[in-house]
Amino acid sequence: MTDVYIVGIGIHPFGRTDSRTGLQQGEFAVRAALADANLNWSDMQFAYGGSDAAGKADTLVAQLGLTTLPFVNVLNGCATGGAALFGAYSAIRSGDFDLGIAMGFDKHPRGAFDPRPTDWGLPEWYGEAGLMVTTQFFATKLRRYMDLHGIRPITLARVAEKAYHNGSLAPHAWRRTPMDADTILGSQMVNDPLTKLMFCSPAEGGVALIVASEKKARELGGPRIRIKAVSMRTRPQGSFEVFAPSLDLERGGSVSTSASRAAFEMAGIGPQDIDVAQLQDTESGAEIMHMAENGFCTDGEQEKWIAEGRTRLDGALPINTDGGCLACGEPIGASGLRQVYENVVQLRGTGGARQVARKVRNGYSHVYGAPGVSAVVILQC
Amino acid sequence: MATRSIAPGVFTPTPALRLIGGRHRASGGLVFPLPPDTESFEPVELPSRGRLWSYTVQRFAPKSPPYRGTEPFEPFALGYVELPGALIVASRLTQVSFDALRLGLPMELTTTALRTDPDGCVVLTYAFRPAQDAIA
Repeated sequence: MTDVYIVGIGIHPFGRTDSRTGLQQGEFAVRAALADANLNWSDMQFAYGGSDAAGKADTLVAQLGLTTLPFVNVLNGCATGGAALFGAYSAIRSGDFDLGIAMGFDKHPRGAFDPRPTDWGLPEWYGEAGLMVTTQFFATKLRRYMDLHGIRPITLARVAEKAYHNGSLAPHAWRRTPMDADTILGSQMVNDPLTKLMFCSPAEGGVALIVASEKKARELGGPRIRIKAVSMRTRPQGSFEVFAPSLDLERGGSVSTSASRAAFEMAGIGPQDIDVAQLQDTESGAEIMHMAENGFCTDGEQEKWIAEGRTRLDGALPINTDGGCLACGEPIGASGLRQVYENVVQLRGTGGARQVARKVRNGYSHVYGAPGVSAVVILQC
Repeated sequence: MATRSIAPGVFTPTPALRLIGGRHRASGGLVFPLPPDTESFEPVELPSRGRLWSYTVQRFAPKSPPYRGTEPFEPFALGYVELPGALIVASRLTQVSFDALRLGLPMELTTTALRTDPDGCVVLTYAFRPAQDAIA
């Protein structure tokens, strides 16, 4: 089996672009990735791609070129991008192909996601009673975690403050105005203890990554970043997920922990070897809890880590260096690939104002979403 | 004043108010609410008392549909209540100030008015409130 490398990256700015459909933002990202790798669409031997709500990725062959390549559509909620990369990675690793592309894009209407009970196999009364709201899940998971592990509201605000700072330095970010912790704490309460500025918003964007075998990557001669591990998992028994009318008394692990352990085992390294991490931050508390679920610290250590600035750009483990979902918004199908894009930028050392201070060898990215899926990618240069 | 339940089969009527869960006939595992597949699940009445497992306050009106509450919207507390020996269930929390909510608070099952329909009928949903004997 061959090693797999990322040899080209492209992104369409996240946020709101009224003049382009989701598909057009995906196409934009593909063209940017091809230009980055100095390749043509006709060089692509396969494609994996998808969006959650903005159309079928494979229809893009009309714009990109009718080369007859196999194009697999992926639809995996928040793990859509991760699943696309998982497919592309496996295709190269098998030895059947040596050059291909993974892409994801999305475009969501403004405001909270709008679920229907029947789509989730839930009775109408659950929604009617006001219990089917995604932000409630984040808040209740976080409330319990904060009380059990001594996390304070100021720590939630510091995570968001860091996100908006990092976002202000990232050209592809959406929210590019720095915001201080007091403003974040004082913004409108949404679901206690989370305020409006501690939540990410549905958004738009597209990302594409070109993957190659080791032989092909050497031939191309450009910068190459090795994919050390790609893992994807669905929820284990006893996990706590969105839209749960009941939970088992016996609490289980998290799907993020399952995906994380699998990725570290595959990469043959541990959390202590990671130099930069992008962790799912649907809201401030998610980044905090995911630090522990992914093995970077124990439960409760985040208080100290964040107070000491260890997760800032100049810290020992910079987290969400482009501002994460908080600053970039969350186009579901593109979000996981944005994290990988950002790690490639950091590993290439081309982050400019947001380049982390420490030397970077291993980059980690983690996406999590409903109904309990997680994907982890570890890169190495 | 006429009242009706938010949906049949969610809870038994007062005075013997209970949530109706389902026991998986093969594995014995409990879920709430009772799934429609009654071949696999038998109905089981859940304990009416437990402890607050987590909570939040819904500060904005959820989207309608599916939400159908009182208008204008008023913020309400909700959370999860751990029912010993059974399950942790999602519920509205009532008859408690938002500031008094804390993990471990003893709670008991009650009902609360969700809205009044145009025909004047009050729609009731289940809720948990602080256990009255624990407060006294």
